[in-house]
Amino acid sequence: MTGPQVVPSATTMLRTQSAPRRGMPVLLRRLMPLIVVAVVLVLTYVWVSSLDLDSIEQRTLNADYITARIGEHLVLSIIASVLVAVLAIPAGIAVSRSRSKVFRGVVIGIANIGQATPAIGVVILLAIVWQTGFTTALLALVIYSFLPVLQNTIAGLAQVDPSIRESARGMGMTPSQVLRRVELPLASPVILAGLRTALVFAVGVATVATFINAGGLGDMIINGLKLQRYPVLVVGAILVASIAVLIDWAAGVVEDIVRPKGL
Amino acid sequence: MPDITTNTGVLTSLAAQQGGVDIVLDHITKQYPGQQRPAVEDFSMRVEPGELIMFVGPSGCGKTTTMKMINRIIEPTSGSIRINGDDVLSLDGNELRRHIGYVIQQIGLFPHFTIAENIAIVPKLLGWSKARIAERVDELLRTVQLDPGTFAQRYPRQLSGGQQQRVGVARALAADPPVMLMDEPFGATDPITREKLQAEFLRIQADIGKTIIFVTHDFEEAIRMGDRIAVLSDRSQIEQFDTPARILAEPANDYVRSFIGEGAALKRLALIPVTDARIGSADAAAPAVTVDEHSSLREALDTLVLTGAARVNVTRAGAVVGSIDQAAISAALGSEGPARRAEEA
Repeated sequence: MTGPQVVPSATTMLRTQSAPRRGMPVLLRRLMPLIVVAVVLVLTYVWVSSLDLDSIEQRTLNADYITARIGEHLVLSIIASVLVAVLAIPAGIAVSRSRSKVFRGVVIGIANIGQATPAIGVVILLAIVWQTGFTTALLALVIYSFLPVLQNTIAGLAQVDPSIRESARGMGMTPSQVLRRVELPLASPVILAGLRTALVFAVGVATVATFINAGGLGDMIINGLKLQRYPVLVVGAILVASIAVLIDWAAGVVEDIVRPKGL
Repeated sequence: MPDITTNTGVLTSLAAQQGGVDIVLDHITKQYPGQQRPAVEDFSMRVEPGELIMFVGPSGCGKTTTMKMINRIIEPTSGSIRINGDDVLSLDGNELRRHIGYVIQQIGLFPHFTIAENIAIVPKLLGWSKARIAERVDELLRTVQLDPGTFAQRYPRQLSGGQQQRVGVARALAADPPVMLMDEPFGATDPITREKLQAEFLRIQADIGKTIIFVTHDFEEAIRMGDRIAVLSDRSQIEQFDTPARILAEPANDYVRSFIGEGAALKRLALIPVTDARIGSADAAAPAVTVDEHSSLREALDTLVLTGAARVNVTRAGAVVGSIDQAAISAALGSEGPARRAEEA
């Protein structure tokens, strides 16, 4: 599971890094996800409007219901990602600072297991041994999205040029000043790419929260399936996919804004 | 902790020394755990205030390790180091390093800081006021011949290697430290840029008179730059520690001789100005090409060889004041070497 994680984050990083220097096509490519999502959503709306909805479908395919589900979905995904940032970045720093191979192995090993275990398995197991609901779904998401951020923090710190670290020390910066003013800013593009991956993961995996009564767009997908109301299923699926694309797009924009100048 | 007050006092006095201070390394040894032989063994040296000392030796001989023990990037296993009479091993390492300029070959500019911000790092650590920092950055950029208006707000990657190393030097000088440590600072630049940087640095050093330890593996660089050269062998053993002219004239042993390589006499000529030779009367038959009296005898010889003439005219501020021939050049070489030392003795 280690390989595939780093690759997508590394490629997103390369793409966004070379992006700002290529003029108009870049702007178009930048806006492409927005355009595609808008077109898909409009088409879906037109299609659903043309359907004769029965009472079950009407109960689901209305603005109030959909807004509530999207809200649940976003709250779950975003809180999970914030928690991952708060936990995995310090863990990555601790692993980078530690000389103990055992510590490093244990932390990365646990993160790998969290990621390798199918999300639905984690959710159901946690619900059985603990409880159902929001908190459980949140924990499952955190476990699942921990690895990309941890790994990218470690990789980001490792790629800081040793001579920059040496000159920082040679000028009398304390180790914590070196970390805060030099290493973290220089590692930030890679760390942010990891966070972006985690966020997109979280949006996708949050659909399984429905199994333990934690809401989200998974509700629409599962209800649509169980009750064989395909418009409900399709709308739920399209919304999840659209949110994932939009979140990825927004995270990309944030990456560009936050990246230190001069890199 | 009574130490703290003493430390601050020592550092304040160090900060007040804007010219050079003396450095005494006393029986310094660095033994890495798990290695049979020490990296540096029993190294002792006294560096006078304002001296530019070159450490020359092959890679892995411990010259860099020795230098890095002075600002305690590497902690010595035993021995003592005194700067301006104060024992640096009792000071806080980070505080100490803020008062010692440090330039490395890879430069190590912070890529996410502008040139001005890079130069301001140490002054900021020392808590200088914004106005004082801005003024200092401006002054330093001019010192290293970079126009502040053009370069201050650029980022390092927008500069050439030579420009970056100038910024590296400016950054090390920022807080006006009395001591500078330079680890092959010009090693990564092309020969033309390197020579330019060397000349520029010597010009700056003539003004500021810092005490400098300069590590290099390039003997030519050592001759050109150093007030004194320490030729080092394995475990940082000092094979010879003397002025460039003396080392060229009287290498202490075969090891030093091998470092000097071919053409020791020519290298010495490069160190002797024309005025040191016996200048004869002006020669009307001499070629149109002349040498200034401040150029080296090597340049004079070069002109002689190039033109094939017997004598070449010497000028002072453009006016011919005499002429020089090969015999005079050879004589100057002799008087600079063993003969003159014998006279002195």
